[in-house]
Amino acid sequence: MTRSPLPANLVIGAILVALVIGVALLSTIWTPYDHAALDIAHKFQGASPAHWLGTDQLGRDVVSQLMVAAGNSMVVAVTAVLIGGTIGTALGLLASARGGWVEDLVMRLSDLGFAFPALLFAIMLAAAFGPSLPNVVIAIAFINIPVFARVARASANQIWTREYVFAARAAGLGQFAISRDHVLPNIAAPVIVQATIEFALAILIEAALSYLGLGAQPPAPSWGRMLSEAQTLMYIAPHLAIYPGLAIVTAVLGFGLLGDGLRDISDPRLSRERPA
Amino acid sequence: MSLFLFRRIAGLILTLLAVSVVVFVSMNVLPGDPVLTILGLDSTEDARAALRQQLGLDKPIVGQYFTWIFNALQGDFGISYSYGVPVSDLIRERIPMTLSLAFCGMALTTVLALVLGISAASNHKRPGDWGVMLISQLGIAIPAFWLSMLLVMLFAVKLRWLPPGGFPGWGEPLLALRSLILPSVALALVQSAVLARVTRSSALEVIRLDYVRTARASGFSRHRILWRHVLPNALIPIVTIVGLQFAALVSGTIVIENVFYLPGLGRLIFQSISNRDLFTVQALVMMFALIVVLANFLVDIAYVLIDPRLKGRTT
Repeated sequence: MTRSPLPANLVIGAILVALVIGVALLSTIWTPYDHAALDIAHKFQGASPAHWLGTDQLGRDVVSQLMVAAGNSMVVAVTAVLIGGTIGTALGLLASARGGWVEDLVMRLSDLGFAFPALLFAIMLAAAFGPSLPNVVIAIAFINIPVFARVARASANQIWTREYVFAARAAGLGQFAISRDHVLPNIAAPVIVQATIEFALAILIEAALSYLGLGAQPPAPSWGRMLSEAQTLMYIAPHLAIYPGLAIVTAVLGFGLLGDGLRDISDPRLSRERPA
Repeated sequence: MSLFLFRRIAGLILTLLAVSVVVFVSMNVLPGDPVLTILGLDSTEDARAALRQQLGLDKPIVGQYFTWIFNALQGDFGISYSYGVPVSDLIRERIPMTLSLAFCGMALTTVLALVLGISAASNHKRPGDWGVMLISQLGIAIPAFWLSMLLVMLFAVKLRWLPPGGFPGWGEPLLALRSLILPSVALALVQSAVLARVTRSSALEVIRLDYVRTARASGFSRHRILWRHVLPNALIPIVTIVGLQFAALVSGTIVIENVFYLPGLGRLIFQSISNRDLFTVQALVMMFALIVVLANFLVDIAYVLIDPRLKGRTT
């Protein structure tokens, strides 16, 4: 039996994600220059062997800043989605296991979460607590809770109707044990797919907040803040507005394609083409 | 229909009440003293106490909430600390800008997405389809503020066809519309990427149905089949996403207004955060949430208008 090839979106997405994560990891041990080192004498330099993508208005090396910013972006996205995903999945499992008013309460609370667009909620938190990356993490995590609660509950509801769950109940296992040992492992696929898609959204939100000055604060580099600084320099150094944007697109596209690809694999019905 | 409407309106009111509690609690109960935020760490205790009394923050929190919501229902959101005028006046001045931008963006999004989505579905598995899918995948990944900057670089800095930012006011309608082109396009290109995918997959579901095959066999033109028979029946998921996207679009205006220096609610909320004008921020967050909740409510109503069969299911 021949194995069907992996979907193209999965392969391209995995390559892009590996590239971004690889750069982020590399930045923790090596960058061409200190990302914060000022060198006014060499400001606004174009691409050269010394500075591969040139320097900014303060003579800082653009490649080094992009590399460190990749690390910051990944840390925010992974932490926020992990926190939001864990709490949301736990709530979804609880709602599915208990049913009744508990399920109603969790779902109505998650409906409420959808009344706040992600960016708006993050802005509200930034206004209340002050702008910082940890607050961005809290905001994105919070936004993710209702998303994961819904995905986990919908998937878990299907698992609770399976025969092996009936068998586990007949064997005397409680709701918590069944949720942990039987439901959770079987809803892992849709939850992981959702997490991959949410990573992409988290990167976009972090970039937007940092662009608005509500995320990463100087000297911590961020793709969004690099774009914000580049905006006032568009007439004299347009290249500064190109690279951070390309970095964001690479990361978001990578996680988006990876999520789509994983979903295609986990549920082949979704990728089956229909006749026109 | 009246029972359906009653239930939806009751749900709307409950959601708005819950939203108001979340907004109020986030801005007032969570750690962080608004008075300290406004006056700074080096302020004296007397000054803080005076401001706390002036803003009514010395009263019990539940009382503060009811005072705030009671006044807000009468259109009174208090006085802006940084502008020295009623917050409701600020909102009244700026909301036409934000809604104009959101509606222009939404109209452009819908037109672009329907054309792209339907043409992709009718060219299924052909280069036209792949092209649309590639564009939409890229569109989803591009941050709207970066796209805005690229558009400004091309159309304002290089070609000098359109203004790079600012808004002359509706007193000069042509200039006003001209200054809305780039912001609307920036909003629409990103949003239409998502909607085009939904339109395509929804149209593909309908294209395979028997009545479309019958219409094709009856000799109707391809154009007529797509726009008269396929699109109306593919509308339900499209309307859902349009509703959700309007919410995303309204919050997207916060970023876009700041890129293009447009004097709307988005720019105001950003300036209020910079000025630490927490009460204006509180009113504006509530305003944005209200627009989002209302958009979702209208989507619910639109479902029934598009497909009356859903009425029974949603009541």
